[in-house]
Amino acid sequence: MNKVDALNQSQKRTDHPDFRPGDTVAVHVKIKEGAKERIQIFEGVVISRKGSQMSESFTVRKISNGVGVERIFPVNSPSIDHISISTRGSVRRAKLYYLRALKGKAARIKEKDTRHKIAK
Amino acid sequence: MNGLIGKKIGMTQIFDATGNVIPVTIVEAGPCLVTQVKTVAKDGYQSAQLGFGSQRRNITNKPLTGHFKKAGIEPVKIIKEFNFAKESVPSLGQEIKVDIFTLGEKVNISGTTKGKGFAGVVKRHGFGGVGDKTHGQSDRERAPGSIGASSYPSRVIKGMRMAGHAGNARETVQGLKIVKIDAENNLLFIAGSVPGPNNGILEIRKAK
Repeated sequence: MNKVDALNQSQKRTDHPDFRPGDTVAVHVKIKEGAKERIQIFEGVVISRKGSQMSESFTVRKISNGVGVERIFPVNSPSIDHISISTRGSVRRAKLYYLRALKGKAARIKEKDTRHKIAK
Repeated sequence: MNGLIGKKIGMTQIFDATGNVIPVTIVEAGPCLVTQVKTVAKDGYQSAQLGFGSQRRNITNKPLTGHFKKAGIEPVKIIKEFNFAKESVPSLGQEIKVDIFTLGEKVNISGTTKGKGFAGVVKRHGFGGVGDKTHGQSDRERAPGSIGASSYPSRVIKGMRMAGHAGNARETVQGLKIVKIDAENNLLFIAGSVPGPNNGILEIRKAK
């Protein structure tokens, strides 16, 4: 392992759950307002996860007041307090950009059948 | 000391206190050994000659072996000269470490850029090419365009930017910011990019 990889390993966050495109997640983002810090929750569907190592990022899409809103987060960002998974989606693509063209019922994602998985 | 010799390790990205991503180059800076101290009285100007990296004794030539012996150090691979402040004259054989730099300081970094071979004007001088890519245009996309007027002066003026060898030349990037210092491993984290390939030798000088 070279020095850059070694450094990246030490800076990477390991506390995130294993989430994939299709999953609905709630990202708890730390927001600084002057000296105060509060947490804002951005909940939506993960439509892409791209990059590797320190530069990995993911895109979360939600519909807010009838308008599609997407936010891109760096996975290793210190401004993410934590990520919680609401539902696991069953999808056949790694990038769900097709959801942008769909709305309402058509934009739903089938929930993944996780019954066979042993609960931790 | 005014600077150090270093080695480019590679690039990555880190987060600052507010969570912004900063692209950084990791540079292994020093430790350097003082191989010679030049003085105004003796050499006509003042500077410190620093050595970086170790070199096997059996491949060090005799003149240099004597030079290193005088400084009382093991043979080093790279030798370069740096300025120093009048108040702190370095001593022969002294070890200069990365702690000469402070966090947030601006530095100028020199190195040898990656060789590009015989390159056209688009790559070498940043020309935009001629005209459109489509609409029947055939081979003008990376062309240099006109290189001068006609019967007067009937020649191409000197210094006209044309295709030729690009890269593999010394280049200095000024005003780069130090965003993190790892004194234990002699590492500097510099915002932005620096010339040359990974493992390339760099000169890091304090920006005035």
